[in-house]
Amino acid sequence: MNAGAARSGRAVRRARRVKALRSSAGLFSRNKMGMAGLAILVVFILMAVFADVLAPEARLSVTNAPGAPLEPPSARFWLGTDELGRSVLDLVIQGSQISLLVGFLATAISMLIGALVGVTAGYFGGWVDVILMRFTDWFLVIPFLPLAIVLAAILGQSLLVIALVIGIVTWPGTARVVRAQVLTLKERPYVERARALGAGKRQIIGRHILPNVFPLIFANTILVVAVAILTEATLSFLGLGDPFSVSWGSILESAFAEGAISLGAWWYLIPPGLCIVLVVLGFTMCGYAFDEILDPRLRKR
Amino acid sequence: MLVLNFFLFRILPGDPERTLTRLQRSSPSTIDAVRKELGLDRPLPVQFIDYLGDTARGELGISYVFTRPVSEVIGNALWPTILLVGVATVGATIIGTLIGIWGAWRRGSAADTTSLGFGLVTYAMPEFWLGMLLILLFAVTLGWFPTSFMSTPGLTDATAGAQLVDTLEHLFLPALTLVLALLGEYALIMRSSVIEAMNEDYVTTARAKGMREALVLRKHVVPNALLPVVTLAALNLGFIVSGAITVETVFSWPGLGQLTFRAINGGPDYPLLQGLFLLFSVAVIFANLAADLLLGLLDPRIGRA
Repeated sequence: MNAGAARSGRAVRRARRVKALRSSAGLFSRNKMGMAGLAILVVFILMAVFADVLAPEARLSVTNAPGAPLEPPSARFWLGTDELGRSVLDLVIQGSQISLLVGFLATAISMLIGALVGVTAGYFGGWVDVILMRFTDWFLVIPFLPLAIVLAAILGQSLLVIALVIGIVTWPGTARVVRAQVLTLKERPYVERARALGAGKRQIIGRHILPNVFPLIFANTILVVAVAILTEATLSFLGLGDPFSVSWGSILESAFAEGAISLGAWWYLIPPGLCIVLVVLGFTMCGYAFDEILDPRLRKR
Repeated sequence: MLVLNFFLFRILPGDPERTLTRLQRSSPSTIDAVRKELGLDRPLPVQFIDYLGDTARGELGISYVFTRPVSEVIGNALWPTILLVGVATVGATIIGTLIGIWGAWRRGSAADTTSLGFGLVTYAMPEFWLGMLLILLFAVTLGWFPTSFMSTPGLTDATAGAQLVDTLEHLFLPALTLVLALLGEYALIMRSSVIEAMNEDYVTTARAKGMREALVLRKHVVPNALLPVVTLAALNLGFIVSGAITVETVFSWPGLGQLTFRAINGGPDYPLLQGLFLLFSVAVIFANLAADLLLGLLDPRIGRA
């Protein structure tokens, strides 16, 4: 018996993919910017996961706040208190949960729509492609924030709506990139071979197209998370967020509404904004690092 | 565009007549009267035809919050936004371009790395937060600039010169916020565009002719590298109008952005939001058109193709 023949096609494929993944991971770990970004993200994700331990929700009760209104930072309240006497540090820790959650949820929605439209348009071509791409272009041209504001104002205020709105306004970029990749993939010899062997549409898309566009979708997605978190902060700041949950954007909204600026309450303004900057920076840096790995032309530039 | 704008605001939930009459505890008959006045009692297709006609005539309905025609409310807020956005765009384009050229020329230097990092950080920053920090530092702590509005109240009888100075003082911080927020993007694009242009054959030729480096940069590299920035500046114009929404809110700048904020928090004020959204979309479409035309003028290759 031939040892080579005993290994099924599936095993060969898996081994090849694991190897590719390992080499990508190796490249990533040597990328300084990517690792710095990842380190920032790990810290914030841990903070969000353990938010209820680090800052129990009971301490955020509006009626039974632990401190006096707008206390400056002290040994007891490291980052001072808000206008209700709640610790700003606790608020920021709890806020990380909502901000990241909305960011990831919105990205998942955006990725799903983008991949669906991109693969459909790219694979089927013809009038399907024309119509879908017209639609995509239209969404690309429409000013992003006003559309998000209008949708959020109409659909009401909840976390799901915010995530949905952000997903709706960010998918076109993914769709374009995916479509371009699918167009080149479907002309590759192995796809042609699969078609000659009688593979159906579903099998070609599922087996050959999707696994190959996935890395691309992934790299694109990381940048979308950054945009989603920024947009969530903006919408919450404008008063379109979920009124019952604390996010970094909503902390900034109440800080602004309570006149933290003119009262000079810097401890109330700076921490939530700084968190947004760091997380967005972390995602952007990881995104650039992935781009470099997936597109060798960008390396060493 | 118009079709979507109409249905977006009609199909989805929302009770305009309730919002309008919420303040005066209104009877069902008042509500009916309001419905009739707003034309909400007629079938959708009829409403749509009406809407198309009204929009063509520039009639965008009555704002619920201001109880004045939407076109008038928007018209009053248009110029402050154009002033703010115009100044910010010009400032960011010029400064960003210069930083980009400089960074590309001295690639890898400390200054280049710093400006790259700066670009990344400003990209990650919500512009309203940056605005709040600037107010905190320059207006509240140092007291150099006013915190909000476009002019000092009660200064209407001062001389034109004093009023101009007053407006400029109020303009400075919001404009600075937008410039800082946009700067990084322009610098990054200009930098990579210059680096690309520096590798072109004609640049090598110019160098081989013995042209001085500064002259090569000015005559051959920069004019070619400017093209993407011009496109970006024109495309961004439409987006900045909407990007100014949060900055105007923070500085109480009486423009379209603050109007949007008030429209959101006052109801929401659907006719006003609808009018604003239409205006923003039209602005973006015109900016796209302008970018295409401008690029055709600057780059003869495109005109011929």
